[in-house]
Amino acid sequence: MFDSFQPAMASRHAPALADMVRQTWLFSATGKGLNRVSRDTTPDWAALLRRVAETQDNDAFAALFAHFGPRVKAYLMKSGADAASAEECAQDVMVTVWRKAGQFDQGRASAATWIFTIARNRRIDMLRRDKRPDPEDLPWGPEAEPDQEDALALQQETAQLTKALRALPEAQRSMIERAYFADLSHSEIADVTGLPLGTIKSRIRLALERLRHSLN
Amino acid sequence: MITHHLSDKLLMAYSAGTLPEAFNLVVATHISVCDACRATLAGFDAVGGALLDDDCATMGADCLANVMARIKSGAATTKPEARPSDAVLPAPLVDAIGGGLDRVQWRAVGGGVRQAILKTSDKASARLLHIPAGAAVPDHGHHGLELTLVLQGAFHDEDARFARGDVEIATQDTQHTPIAEPGQDCICLAATDAPLKFRAILPRLAQPFLRI
Repeated sequence: MFDSFQPAMASRHAPALADMVRQTWLFSATGKGLNRVSRDTTPDWAALLRRVAETQDNDAFAALFAHFGPRVKAYLMKSGADAASAEECAQDVMVTVWRKAGQFDQGRASAATWIFTIARNRRIDMLRRDKRPDPEDLPWGPEAEPDQEDALALQQETAQLTKALRALPEAQRSMIERAYFADLSHSEIADVTGLPLGTIKSRIRLALERLRHSLN
Repeated sequence: MITHHLSDKLLMAYSAGTLPEAFNLVVATHISVCDACRATLAGFDAVGGALLDDDCATMGADCLANVMARIKSGAATTKPEARPSDAVLPAPLVDAIGGGLDRVQWRAVGGGVRQAILKTSDKASARLLHIPAGAAVPDHGHHGLELTLVLQGAFHDEDARFARGDVEIATQDTQHTPIAEPGQDCICLAATDAPLKFRAILPRLAQPFLRI
């Protein structure tokens, strides 16, 4: 799986980063689920994205690339792209990750969520069928820096969502996967109950209300 | 206060990126003014993130080097562009029209009602409707799914009242007579994946010419 991921590469990183990366690699290399990688040793992707945004840190980006590049490629392939164009587009997505890193806001999304939205937009561009305008964004005021505690809680809730998704009955999980990998139309999507979105929704809602308040 | 929201199905499909363009426009416009649906969408995006994170493919050994070369040769970073909007039209609509409300090219469709068809992919159509205060939208049923988002004024039908930000989700079973409330002309964004069927003979004859 990590054919292109050389363990030697880790030695070129700052020590802490090398440890994080090696842990992830070791975990995969033990064969504990090649497709369903355990999240227990997850590096702080949000912190790595901040380092890319603030100091154009190549090592931080290499770690993000090693993790998310292959995942974006898999997502594009499951959405119907052939391996070659999926690899090409995954590279486009990672270039965008670098360029937009400054716009990542850990108070409103995890790194995986944010990168998913970039990959989805790239997939839509690739299909050249239905444009998908984004909503008007809420401007971040100077005082609207996301609360560190909020960001941590959101991260934990996202991890719980991942666990819950894995624990779903196969039929329901497969419905959700087909909805996201562009196989289902909106009319075919069943009522989406049982997804534990409640806490994430209320946390984001809180962050939005605080933002509105700070803008007034 | 918005009381009629988008359904989870629509928000999930918008997050997944599988809706026809005309519906995407309605969803993006509603979320621009609705924090509740914005938060729900963030939840569905998190589902997408969790699915993305759960599976991986093998990438060629030179991919990282290619990407670094492209990054170093291109623009350093991109900042989000400021998107214009006006008091009635949120940014996604201003983008679609290419300007504010004064740029909309209205056409009369009878009964004082005016419409402007927006350019989208042909899987579904989107249009702006301008209904004079107090006037009725022709009585109609639906073949497919129709979303109607109020941008100014308000309308009510037999069951409920819809004001700015509210979205009415009508399906094949919906048969209703919406009426704009007195006081202010009602402006709506409507999208449908099937032609509307009017009950009266005249609007039905006019249908092919009006492209509705």
